[in-house]
Order: sequence, then C-alpha cells, then structure tokens
Amino acid sequence: MVKVFIYPATSLILSDMVARFGHEPLGSAIGIRERIQTPGFESPPLQITPEEPKKGLKWAAVEVPSGVRGRMAVYGPLIEAAEAAIIVRNPDFAFGCMGCARTNELVLFHLRNRGFPVLELDYPTSDDEGAAFVAAIREFLEGLPKEASQ
Amino acid sequence: MSEKVRIAQLSCGPEYSGVQKEIYDAAAMVDAEVFFPDIMLDDVREGFESFGLDVRSPDLKLAIGRAKALVEGKIDADAVFIATCFRCAEAAIVRNELRRYIHENSSLPVVSYSFTERTTSGTLLTRMEALTTIARRRALLAREEQEGITLGIDSGSSTTKAVVMKENEIVGTGWLPTTEVLKSAEGAVDLALAEAGVTMNDIQAIGTTGYGRYLIGKHFNAQLVQEELTVNSKGAVYLAGRQHGPATVIDIGGMDNKAISVLDGIPGTFTMGGICAGASGRFLEMTAKRLGIDITELGPLAMKGMGEKVPMNSYCIVFGTQSLVNALAEGSSREDVAAAACHSVAEQVFEQQLQEVDIKEPVIMVGGTSLIQGLVYAMGQLLQTEVVVPHHSQYIGAVGSALLASGFVKGE
Repeated sequence: MVKVFIYPATSLILSDMVARFGHEPLGSAIGIRERIQTPGFESPPLQITPEEPKKGLKWAAVEVPSGVRGRMAVYGPLIEAAEAAIIVRNPDFAFGCMGCARTNELVLFHLRNRGFPVLELDYPTSDDEGAAFVAAIREFLEGLPKEASQ
Repeated sequence: MSEKVRIAQLSCGPEYSGVQKEIYDAAAMVDAEVFFPDIMLDDVREGFESFGLDVRSPDLKLAIGRAKALVEGKIDADAVFIATCFRCAEAAIVRNELRRYIHENSSLPVVSYSFTERTTSGTLLTRMEALTTIARRRALLAREEQEGITLGIDSGSSTTKAVVMKENEIVGTGWLPTTEVLKSAEGAVDLALAEAGVTMNDIQAIGTTGYGRYLIGKHFNAQLVQEELTVNSKGAVYLAGRQHGPATVIDIGGMDNKAISVLDGIPGTFTMGGICAGASGRFLEMTAKRLGIDITELGPLAMKGMGEKVPMNSYCIVFGTQSLVNALAEGSSREDVAAAACHSVAEQVFEQQLQEVDIKEPVIMVGGTSLIQGLVYAMGQLLQTEVVVPHHSQYIGAVGSALLASGFVKGE
C-alpha cells in the first residue's frame, strides 16, 4: 500500500478509487481534518489561522499571496508524504475543485518533480473516455507496490 | 437592536490566509453579518461564461457567479464585500471588474479589499462600518441642509477639528494637533464654541468622526458616532455644492488616504489605505520640517518648483526622506524638492488607490492636505482635471458630522 496524492485534492471519486485499490489517498480531507479548532466536528471549517501562511513559506516565497501559502501549508506536507500521484487535468467542478489557480500550478509542479510515479490524464467528456479513464487509473494503481517503500 | 445588515462576501483566499474570522469579527462589531451567496454549480458555469472574464482560479469563477446572482436579484443582500489576496494579479483584475459591475448594475454599496495574513478586524472595521451605514442610514445620509445648532468633532490621527454649525452656516471652528485625544478634542471644541459665541448648553446635537470617534463620542455624549468615509463624502459634496449627481472625493490624511466614488452624496465604492506613510500627509509634514518651513508654506513653495527635476520615490517614508535629503545635498532648489514631494504623494495615491474607484467629475479634495496647493495641482495634473477644493475643506469631517448630527435635532 502506498500513499497516493490525488489532484484535484477534493475529489471524493478519486479518493474512493485509490482506497478501493488498496492504497492510501492523500487529499484535502486529510489536510483539513488535522486542523480542528472549531466548536464541534460538524462546524463550518475555519481551521486555518494566520500561522498557516507563515508555514507555507517553506513552499512559496513571501511575495506569493497569503492564500497560496495558506493552501501550501495544507497540501505541502501531503505532497512530501506522498509516494505516487494521480493528476486529472481540467476536471469538472463537480468532480473536485481547488480554488486557486496559482496554488494548483505550484502543487502540480511539485508533484511532477518528486520523482515518484505520476499518472496524468484528462477529465473524460464521453462515456467511452470515461471507461478508458477508469481503466487507466485502475492499471496505474494495480501497478503500484502493495507494500510502502518506507 | 436594529436588524442586521446582510453583507454578501465575494472572495478568494481569506479562509486559507487565516483572516476569515477577522472579517466575521469586523462585521459583528457593526451589527452586520457576512454571508456567502448560495448558488448552484450551473449558476457558476453560466455566470462566469456570460461575464466574459476568462480567469483560471475556480474561487474567482465562483465570485463572478455570485456577483451575477446578486445583480440579477436572485440573492438578497444589503451590501457587498469583495476580498482577495494582496499581490494576486488575477484576483486584482476580478476584484476591480466585479466592483465596477456591481456598482453600475445595482444600488448595492460595495467595498473591495486585498488582504494579507496580517489583516485584522480593526483594519476592516471602518470599511464595514461605512458599508452598514450606507445600507442602514440612507435616510440620514439624504440630509442636504443643516438645522439647529450642532457640533461636529473630527478626531484625526494628526489633528483634531471641531465645527459649530447654525442654520446651515459654519459659525465656529477649532483646530489643534492631536496629542491626548480627549484633551485635544476639548481644546478644539472650546475654540469652536468661543468663535461661534455659544456654549455647550446651546448645542442641540453632536456628531463625532475620525480615529478617536468612539472615545470622544462617549465623552461628549454624541448622538452620532460615524466613520469618516460616509461623513467626509457627505461633507465634501455639501461644501462643494455638488450634492446631486456623481463626484469623487479624495482625502489624503495624516495616516491613511480615502478615495470615494459618490452618487447623490452617498458613497458607492471607496478605498481606504496607504500601505506606507510615504503616501500620506505625514510625509509632507516631514518634507516641510526638513525644508525648515511651516506646512502651510509647502504648497506655495511647491507651486514655484519643477518636481520633474528631482528623482523621488517615497513609497516608503524613510526612503522618501532620504531622496529629499540627497536632492538638497546635490544642490536641488527647495522649490523643486517641495514640488517633487507633492508629486510623489499624489502619484502614489493615484497609482495605488484611484485605480480602484471610478473617477467621475467633479473631483473634490478635502482634509488638511487639500490646503497644500502643490499637492492639489499635482493631483489635477495626474487626473487631467480641475480639482475642486471647497471652503473649510480642512474641517471636512467635523462639517459632515455637524451636518448629519442635525438629523438628531428633531429626533430623526
């Protein structure tokens, strides 16, 4: 089982597929749930404090907007922990969506430069493409080691 | 308690910058609530595509979809707050275009702000207060004449001003540097009362504004305690005799600057800022001090000089002063240096703030700095228009407060 970063990180479908094929998905849910500072578990998320953009300085310089650095404080550690990644290009909003284009560029850059297996594919626009999309993801996940490298 | 003013938030990044709570807190301080307009994914797709601005960030697409829903009346709101990350070019384009779009297509007051992780609720308070005032007090802001005997006090960061008005005339003024907030206010009020020939017992209503407004409002038991954005807009169009139609009000203050786009005396959009003191009246005070003249002499001196002869970039007050010292050491004339300082401040306000409001004539300059002729001239050159400086422009906040406070004379 390896840790697979999913992009878009909010995609429940991707997360579910990774888990079904026996690996650990790394996405927004993981990053966000570690920061519980709200009154209750189901409270609206306000878990990020001004400390996060400062932690984000590890991945983006101070002249980069605070929203990018705050997001990188959530995604950066997950990218560092990941051993593989699946990147879906141009996904529909409903498939999963990350709000900031600049952060997305930086996340993709880091994923492509980590030196681990990465599957990049376009979001399907027809049934046939959909079937090929799922098959490609299955093949990629089945090809990953069953045991973590570390 | 009055009904809460509902402020629709259109934004990208505040939650990940850790400042969403600050936005909520600032709204709560003025009895308002911030909400995110609830729209469907299809509305986002449709709204974004029909708006025609091809941005890549999904959160900005969402903001555009929400703005369309607000303008089309699908969502009920009293005001709009647009917030995006400081230094994001894509977001800055969206912020400006949405502000203009909402301003031109609805009657919703709108304010935009670019935040960093250091933004606090205190920074946002004046903006939120202005938004809620415009939404809540349209009747009060519609007042065009002062009635009875009223007192207006403007407790600013550099100076404290007081004005007594009687039956639509300014009958007494007082001005003191702000040292101890209450003591300065008391002194300015005493001067204004003495000039007007009235006592505190004759005053029928009091209005306060400026940084110290809450403190002095409580001390003087004021009926109206109001931020300076709405008060200054009202005072400016009142004194300039331009209460109807559009106008642009510029106030370069001691600590920050305001640029307000006004329609019929009510602010529509505004910016308030001054990231560095280099773009404020404080820099001109320092310039006057370095030139060994009184601040009142700086304007006429600048009018005799050629600013272009002196390289000056006062984005920071420290480096600006350094350029000033260097220029003098290299033999530049005092006139040229004074003109360059005025041009530098005007240019910064032009570049950093006036780009965010729609400049509509007349352009009215108010506040103490509007008496610095060289600064008004530089601003007029940059805007390519004649800038109006009304009488008593240095007392603008106090006049606006006295005018609006007269709404309380008859218990409006």
